[in-house]
Amino acid sequence: MANVTLRNVRKTYLGGFEAIKGIDFEVGDGQFCVLVGPSGCGKSTLLRMVAGLETITGGEIDIGGRVVNQIEPADRDIAMVFQNYALYPHMSVYNNMAYGLRNRGMAEGEIKTRVGEAARILELGAMLERKPRQLSGGQRQRVAMGRAIVRQPKVFLFDEPLSNLDAKLRIAMRVEIRKLQRRLSTTSIYVTHDQLEAMTLADILVVMNGGQVEQIGNPLEIYQKPATTFVASFIGAPPMNLMPLRSELKSQLAGDARAGEAGIIGIRPEDFVISNQTVSGGVALGLTVEAIERVGAETFIYGTRQQEMQGVAATPGELPPGEIIVRIPGAVGPSIGERIRAVAAPDKLHLFTADGRKRVGG
Amino acid sequence: MEKSIVFNNRLLPYMLLLPQLVITVVFFYWPASQAIWQSFLREDAFGLVSEFVGLENYQALFAQPEYYRSMLTTVIFSTLVAALSLSIALLFATQADKNLKAAPAYKTLMIWPYAVAPAVAGVLWFFMFQPSLGMLARPLRGMGLDWNPLLNENHAMMLVVMASVWKQISYNFLFFLAGLQSIPKSVIEASAIDGARPVRRFWTIIFPLLSPTTFFLLVVNVVYVFFDTFGIIDAVTGGGPAGATTTMVYKVYADGRLGGDLGGSAAQSVVLMVIVIALTAIQFRYVERKVQY
Repeated sequence: MANVTLRNVRKTYLGGFEAIKGIDFEVGDGQFCVLVGPSGCGKSTLLRMVAGLETITGGEIDIGGRVVNQIEPADRDIAMVFQNYALYPHMSVYNNMAYGLRNRGMAEGEIKTRVGEAARILELGAMLERKPRQLSGGQRQRVAMGRAIVRQPKVFLFDEPLSNLDAKLRIAMRVEIRKLQRRLSTTSIYVTHDQLEAMTLADILVVMNGGQVEQIGNPLEIYQKPATTFVASFIGAPPMNLMPLRSELKSQLAGDARAGEAGIIGIRPEDFVISNQTVSGGVALGLTVEAIERVGAETFIYGTRQQEMQGVAATPGELPPGEIIVRIPGAVGPSIGERIRAVAAPDKLHLFTADGRKRVGG
Repeated sequence: MEKSIVFNNRLLPYMLLLPQLVITVVFFYWPASQAIWQSFLREDAFGLVSEFVGLENYQALFAQPEYYRSMLTTVIFSTLVAALSLSIALLFATQADKNLKAAPAYKTLMIWPYAVAPAVAGVLWFFMFQPSLGMLARPLRGMGLDWNPLLNENHAMMLVVMASVWKQISYNFLFFLAGLQSIPKSVIEASAIDGARPVRRFWTIIFPLLSPTTFFLLVVNVVYVFFDTFGIIDAVTGGGPAGATTTMVYKVYADGRLGGDLGGSAAQSVVLMVIVIALTAIQFRYVERKVQY
């Protein structure tokens, strides 16, 4: 049982490259924290710093009330699940799980009980004598989990543990990890670049970009009120439509108090309605339908705005300038080439400053 | 699943195999069969007449006490050289595998001795330890040690062992280093988190995962000490003093080339060949079973 607290944590490499630029956050006891961000944003580095696999060049990491900056990974009382599982290929499943306990001098009887319990939870009972190479990807993943839980550590660290699995298994394992974590209520930090994984797993979501935290909070809160255009386009799929707030759009928002300070407007694809009516205080866009994706339960419409569009500063995951995605329920909808009006209500509008670094209004 | 390739042209697969087959036949099967045939013959003193004598050469060979002595010498010599060159190379490789700034330079320096011909290496070591001139022999004598590999059998053995080990370390080092670098970093990190201290980590994780490399090197090193150390022994001690460093391969040369006993020497090389084939077969059969993967 432990809190994990990061205080102004920094990582500067010898060449002067700053991978982590001062990060603060706290994960409460038993909480599930997810670090999400594009590749190269420093999330894995940060996790490895918590694990003790990377040195900390500034700030403090505190696990359970103890600053661990100078403490060896073995003595931090953490367990880590690696992306490639990192099982010991020459050891049986049983020995893979028992290894960490033997290193700590635990009696064989106690080891047997603990490994047996973990094997039961993870349904590995029939495979204890097998070598990792005889297991499927999902089974290896479970052994890696087992190796972490037998130790009963204060904190679990997960480094993209599901990215080597196929899509179906990934969803199943995601649910399993969450159930397991609830059951053991062990503080966890989980790194992923998959925003869907992040949304579904997290108690606290930390969105990172370029070695900095963009936003911290409850996943739904982040979805509903993204603090920057980066978060707006990174969280949610398909990404939020971002447009410069100019001329015609600006005149539509004339009555909105936020419009003065704002430079960029964002609307989520699911917040549009196709309609000929105008919502007072809202926004209406005239679109020409370019492409349609029907996935059964919903339909994605890709359209271009009829007015010429100048691009907003491009951020990862953002659409090409001028393209707007509309998401509507059901399988019916317009056809290609058709002209439609997409309307969004005032409470569905997200406004940001022109540099995209700040949300305007609530 | 292995994919088998079907050739449309029936001649092509044989043509592709031909160069390797020619080399093997010309440089191995032909001389080997010549040696076997020669081992049943006896030549007169002038090399003019050869006479078929059956197994007489072998009988004479196994009646020689010197032959048993050369076997014992070979066992001592090969065990020392293989054990030392493998363990020292492994030690160096684990050090070079650490993230040191000077690692590339260190690796290059480690590889150099491999580029030195065995006879040249032998001469180098001979001069360094030559009792009256050697730059390393003089300090040894200065410390009160009666260092004399020319007369003392143990000193001579130590010298050829050192020279042979020195020569082989670079080769073993290269392979061990490659083997170490192929162990996934995350496995090592996982064991560090699992509470294994460096020494325990080495013996429980790294060493077992390195076993395919170690096994390969063991086979290569055994062949090396049996055959390729000839040049070093010839240059350093010439098999002396009083046959103390005459290994089996050196005795083949000494008896055949210097002693003119071609039949006896051929019989020895046949015995040597059988021993090496047997050793390699044993290694493959028993040691490989314990190798991981």
